[in-house]
Amino acid sequence: MSADSSTETGSRSSRPLPVRFLTPASLNLHRVFEQNEQRVQKRSGGKIPDPTRPATKGKPRLLLMGQRRSGKSSISSVVFHKLPPNETLFLESTARIQKDSLNSFMEFQVWDFPGQIDIFENPAYSFDLDAIFSEVGALIWVVDSQDDFSEATHRLSMVVLNLRRDYPHINIEVFVHKVDALAEDYRQDIVRDVRMQIADELGDNGVEELNMRFHATSIYDHSIFQAFSKVIQQLIPRLGQLEAMLTNLCRSCRFEKAYLFDVNTKIYIATDSTPEDMASYEICSDYVDVIIDFTEVYGSWPRSQQWRERLEGEPWMQPLENQVACEWAESTMVLSDAQRPVMLREVDRFLAIVAIMKEGSYDKMPQINMNVDVAVKGLTEFFEITKPKDSQEVVNPVLQG
Amino acid sequence: MSDLETTMGAAAGAPHDNSGGHASAAAAAQAQLKKVKKQKVLLMGKSGSGKSSMRSIIFSNYLARDTRRLGATIDIDLSHVKFLGNLTLNLWDCGGQEAFMENYLSQQRAHVFSNVGVLIYVFDIESRDVDRDLATYVNILSALVQYSREAQVFVLIHKMDLIQPQMREEVYNQRVSLVRKKTKEAVAIVRKQKPELLQQQQPPGTPGSTGPLSPSSSELDIDLQVFATSIWDQSLYKAWASIIHDLVPNLAVIETQLASLGVAIDADEILLFERTSFLVVSKWTSREGENNPYGDRFERMSNILKSWKHTCSKFTGTPRNAEQFSDFEYKMGPSFSLFVMKFTTNTYILVCIPPGEARFNSAKLNVAAARSWFKFLDGPVVPPSASSQMLAGGGGGAMGSYGGYGGYGAETGYGAPE
Repeated sequence: MSADSSTETGSRSSRPLPVRFLTPASLNLHRVFEQNEQRVQKRSGGKIPDPTRPATKGKPRLLLMGQRRSGKSSISSVVFHKLPPNETLFLESTARIQKDSLNSFMEFQVWDFPGQIDIFENPAYSFDLDAIFSEVGALIWVVDSQDDFSEATHRLSMVVLNLRRDYPHINIEVFVHKVDALAEDYRQDIVRDVRMQIADELGDNGVEELNMRFHATSIYDHSIFQAFSKVIQQLIPRLGQLEAMLTNLCRSCRFEKAYLFDVNTKIYIATDSTPEDMASYEICSDYVDVIIDFTEVYGSWPRSQQWRERLEGEPWMQPLENQVACEWAESTMVLSDAQRPVMLREVDRFLAIVAIMKEGSYDKMPQINMNVDVAVKGLTEFFEITKPKDSQEVVNPVLQG
Repeated sequence: MSDLETTMGAAAGAPHDNSGGHASAAAAAQAQLKKVKKQKVLLMGKSGSGKSSMRSIIFSNYLARDTRRLGATIDIDLSHVKFLGNLTLNLWDCGGQEAFMENYLSQQRAHVFSNVGVLIYVFDIESRDVDRDLATYVNILSALVQYSREAQVFVLIHKMDLIQPQMREEVYNQRVSLVRKKTKEAVAIVRKQKPELLQQQQPPGTPGSTGPLSPSSSELDIDLQVFATSIWDQSLYKAWASIIHDLVPNLAVIETQLASLGVAIDADEILLFERTSFLVVSKWTSREGENNPYGDRFERMSNILKSWKHTCSKFTGTPRNAEQFSDFEYKMGPSFSLFVMKFTTNTYILVCIPPGEARFNSAKLNVAAARSWFKFLDGPVVPPSASSQMLAGGGGGAMGSYGGYGGYGAETGYGAPE
C-alpha cells in the first residue's frame, strides 16, 4: 500500500512495487487501496486527490457499528482506553462518530458509530460513503446477545448488501456481545443463531456466501481482547512470517506457547502454530497487566541525581545503562504448579513476547534469554521492513531517480 | 521441640544476633509457647452492605464477581483466620438483618460485645435510609463502648464504585462527617446514661484483648478510622491493611529487621505480604523511594498480586488458597528492578531495587539469606536480638503449628466457588 500521492496518475503502472512487500494480506490491502484510488480518480476526473486526505492514509481503520446500546462505546473504551469494565455503566450514548487514533506498533483508527443512525438510509445526512469506507480494514458489527437481535441482523445484512458491490474487501466481523450473562454452553448456540439469521437474510437477497467471522465477546473477560486480536491479525502484513518466527522460538526454547502482544491494548498480534486456547492467552495477558502496573508504580517517576551518581560510582564505575542486560523490560515468574516459568520480554515500546515455558526450565533461563535476544532482533528487523509507507517514502525517490 | 531448637540455632547465626540475650530469649520463647495472640473482630453493618463479600475477598480468595453468589449471613458466622504464625483473628461476621441486630443488642449483648479487639462497621453508600443506618450504628457503638471500651473502631463506607467518579469525594466526605457526628453522639449518650458502666473492669485474663485501663480512660473517646472502600479496586486492601496493621504482634521487630535488610541490599522499597490475603504486613521505603508519587502503591500491590494469584490459579487449575507462584522477577531496563518471592512460610516479600544485573542477583541471594531473621513470623521462634523489644511491646511470642502450612485451614463456613 504505497501512498505516494505525487506520482499516482502516471507512474503507478510503469513502476511495480518491490516484490518483497507483497503478501496475500498486504495484497488484499493493496487491492482495496487501488480500488479506492480508481474511484477517486473517476470522480474527480483524474485530478490529484485532495492533499489533506492522504494524511490518514495507511492507517487501517476499524469501524464499530451496531444497534444502539449494543456496547460499541464500552468496547472501545475498555480495549483502547483501559476503562475498567464496571465503569462503562457511566458512559453516555454516542451522538456522533467518535474517532480514535491508536498509536501502537501499527497505527489504527477506530471509528465508533452512533447506533441510532443508519448511514445508508438516512435522508437527513448524506454520508460520504467513500470517506467512511475507503480505508476500512475491518467492520465490526456488534450484536447484543441479551437482546432480540433480529433487527441488528437485519441491519447488518443491509450493510453487507450495500457494501459488497463497492467495497468487497472489507473484513466483516460480528461480535456477539455481552455473552457474560449467558451460560458457557449457551454462548455458542447464540452465535449460531445469529449466524443463521444473517445467512437467511442474505440468502433472501440472493447472497449465498457468508463472508464474515463471528466472535462471542464480553468486556468482563478476555474474550473481547481475543476477538480484537483476531481482527487485527487480519490486517498485519506478513503475519505468517511472524508466526513462523514465534514457532521457531518455541521449538528452540521448548516453550509451550508464545504470544506477541501489543502492550497497550493487550491484543496479541501473533502466536506460534500450536492451537490457541483461552487459558494461556489469559495468563499471558494478565502478565502484561501486572508488568504494566509495576512499571507505572515504580518506573514512572524520575529518580534524583544523587541516586544515580551513587549507583554509578564505586564499586560499579559504569553508567546504569551498562549495568543492565536488556534495554527494555524483561521478566520471569515461576508457577508453583509443576514449576512452569512464564517469561516476558519487551521487543520495543509497543510489543512484548510472552511465553509459557516447560516445567523445570527456570534453570535454563540464561540460554533461553540468549535465544529470545535473537528473536527480538529478528522481530525488530521485521517491523523495520514491513513498516508502512514511512520507509517507502524514503525509498521511492531513490527508485525514481 | 527438636524442630524448635534447630531453628533457634539458625536464628542464632543471623547477623542480628547478640549472644547475651540468647538464653533469656529462649526461655521467653519457651514460656510463650502455644500462646497465639487472639483478636476478636466484629464485622457489622446493615444487611446487604457487603460484609461477607469483603471478608471472602480478603481472606478466602474470592474474586470480586464471585461474591454475587454469597447469600445473606444468618446470625453470626464465626471464622478463625490465622494470620502469620502468631495471630488468630476471630472474625465475627454478624448478619445484618434487623431481627439479628436487635438480638445482638439485647439477648446476646454481652456475648457479642465483650472482649472485642476491633469493630469494623460497614456502611452502604447507596443505602436509602441513612438515618436508620446511623441510628443502628449508634446503638451498636454504645453497646461496644459499654463492654469493650478499648476496642478500635473502623468504619468502612462501602460500595463507592457505585458513585460516579467525580462525585465520590464529595459524597464520601459528607458521609464521613455524618458518621463522626453520630459517633460523638453515641459516646455522649453512654457517658450520660450509664456512667457506672464505664467504671466496669474488663474481664481479665484474655490475652491480647485489652491492656489494663489507663487512668485517662474515663475520658471516653473513640479513635475512629474511616475508609472509602469498594470490592472492585484496591481501596479494600488499604482499609484491611490498616485494620490488620495494629493487630500484628512484634510489629516493631518486623519493621527494624526490614529496615536493616533494606539498607543492606540497598533497596528502594520492601513490602512484606501475608501469604494468603496479600495484605501488607509491613513496609520499608528508602529516602529515594519516598519520592514515589503513588501514595496508594501498597494496597495497589496487594491487589495486583492477589489478582495475579487468581490468574495463576485459573490457569493451573489448583485451588485458590494454594501457593501459586514464586520468584517473580522483573527488570525494567535502566529504570528499576523488582522481585517478589516467597519469603517465610507465611509471607511473601516484594523488593524494589535500583537497576543492574549484579545488584539484582546479590539482592536476591541476600533476601534469601535473611529469611532466618524473620523465622518468628511463622510462629514459634523469637529472634534473640528482637526479644527484648518484643517483650517490652507487650506482644507474645507464640507457638503456632511450626513449619505447618496452617493458613486458613481452620476456617469454617466457606467453600471455594465453582
